[in-house]
Amino acid sequence: MISLQNINKTYRTDRVETLALQNINLDVAPGEFVSIMGPSGCGKSTLLNLIGLLDAPSDGKLALDGSEVQKWNDTKLASFRNEKLGFVFQSFHLVPDLKVIDNVEIPLLYRRTNGTPRQTLARNALDRVGLASRVHHFPTQLSGGQQQRVAIARAIVGRPRILLADEPTGNLDSAMGEEIMDILHDLNRKDGTTIVMVTHDERFARRTDRIVRLFDGRQVA
Amino acid sequence: MLANYIKTALKVLRRRKFFTFISLFGISFTLVVLMVAVAMLDNVFSPRQPESRFDHVLGVHTVGLYGPHFGMTTNPGYGFINQYVRGLKDVENMSLFTTSSPLTMYHEGRKIDTHLRRTDGAYWQILDFKFLEGGPFTEEDNRNANFVAVITDEMRRTLFNGQSALGRTIELDGQRFRVIGVVPAVAITRNVGFSEVWAPVGTLKTREHEKRMIGDFGAIVLARSPRDFAAIRREFKERLANFVFEDPKNFDRVEAGLDTPFELVARNMIGNQYQGNRVLVLQAILVLMALLFVTLPTMNLVSINLSRILERASEIGVRKAFGASSVTLIGQFVVENVVLTLIGGAIGFVLSVLALSAVARLEIVPFAVFDVNLRIFGYGVLLSAAFGIISGVYPAWRMSRMQPVNALRGGVL
Repeated sequence: MISLQNINKTYRTDRVETLALQNINLDVAPGEFVSIMGPSGCGKSTLLNLIGLLDAPSDGKLALDGSEVQKWNDTKLASFRNEKLGFVFQSFHLVPDLKVIDNVEIPLLYRRTNGTPRQTLARNALDRVGLASRVHHFPTQLSGGQQQRVAIARAIVGRPRILLADEPTGNLDSAMGEEIMDILHDLNRKDGTTIVMVTHDERFARRTDRIVRLFDGRQVA
Repeated sequence: MLANYIKTALKVLRRRKFFTFISLFGISFTLVVLMVAVAMLDNVFSPRQPESRFDHVLGVHTVGLYGPHFGMTTNPGYGFINQYVRGLKDVENMSLFTTSSPLTMYHEGRKIDTHLRRTDGAYWQILDFKFLEGGPFTEEDNRNANFVAVITDEMRRTLFNGQSALGRTIELDGQRFRVIGVVPAVAITRNVGFSEVWAPVGTLKTREHEKRMIGDFGAIVLARSPRDFAAIRREFKERLANFVFEDPKNFDRVEAGLDTPFELVARNMIGNQYQGNRVLVLQAILVLMALLFVTLPTMNLVSINLSRILERASEIGVRKAFGASSVTLIGQFVVENVVLTLIGGAIGFVLSVLALSAVARLEIVPFAVFDVNLRIFGYGVLLSAAFGIISGVYPAWRMSRMQPVNALRGGVL
């Protein structure tokens, strides 16, 4: 499902060159739930961003769903992200001007799903994360846990095959974190969604199928 | 998709009330000032009653005599017009008249300030006054120096309490005139059409003016077609080449032209002696002034849009992450800006109508008619849309080309 071979990522400024990831090799099977762990600044989020096509590797081979992605243009990348990938961010990244249901509908807009089915799918996704009663709220009217559940609803509304979660529990208390982890497990078990999750929390990492550990941009386990 | 873009645009505008207010204020205020300025210029330059045929008319209103030591620029005299303007080929009709002079008249013990213009009979054939009562005087009245006059409805109200003025007598400049016609009041901005009382040139007290090269006269020529303007001007220039100077020691150069209303303003503003293209210079000045005027609100709009886009960097990142291509994002921001501009345009249109009716009511320019010029309004809206799109969409385009991860971090343009 996800294949990384000899992936490097270097950030360059005028004066400094920072090697964020070095020689990463990783395969994630369909339906697998993998967590990525490591200290701050070790390259966890960078790795997740590369898998999610939010950033491009400096070199190496990246294949998703059997296709090499390096030569794809903007339109093809956008289409793949829309149909196959879902994202959950640590800071939720909900659009504050839009109501909960409008936020959840965003991926469907770019699939050109019509109004009524789009709303039905969005309501179903919100129902699945337990927020059916908050569809007409604005994000700022919700708690952190509720906002993250909206973000998960947005990530799963298009039924992506791969869900990428960057510290989804990072801004939540432990009880709320457990709830989010339950939802992710449910998605993985019932829908067979492949999940790659960055986390700092060993307890949550232990609930996944496999832990990948990074240190100073290198894969150490 | 378009419907959704519009829906999103309206939601964003509703949610960001301060930004929306500032942007709409900038767009609508710019349009209002543009419309008021254009309406005023239009009132001066566009062919409208009684100067409806002025797209076929050229006028001589300025003559300059220059010599090695000094020069003078003033109105042409009767003699100048008679000798150098009358009888030009390709001219359908020609009229000669005095400038509209302010004077004070006394009527039934009341002191009344008014304006008097003396004209020939052709004046009433070239200008299309709509007579409310009676009719114009003729060339025969002029030749016979009949003491007849045409007055405006405003003068009729002042002098006769609005009752019929036909056959009534008024005393002006020590002469008594019988009113034979009443016309609607004319705005002072109409250079040829404006006056409050009109009387025949022939009623002037002396004949001394008939030989003068400079004085307080003006003339208009009606061409069969604007295409004939060049030939008429050429012939006039040829005639001026043989100008006979009364005082050749002091004056050896004459400058005059057959001008459209806009060319006349350009001649008076840029200078009668200027040998370049005065119209182009005046147009450049007006465009520069308009640009300077719109620069301030535009810069405001640009900076507001820039900060708004930077604020929405994370949204752009999210939309990219969930499948929006760069082209799709540009489309969304174009629609948002067009919606904003159209709303601003609609508000600007309503405010322009209100502002112009207020200007008319306040009588800043008495008897002037100020219309909303839809063509200029359209240009104004397009200009605002262009500024909106450039200032709103360009940064969005830059942002949309970023890797989504950089946009999610807040993006730096």
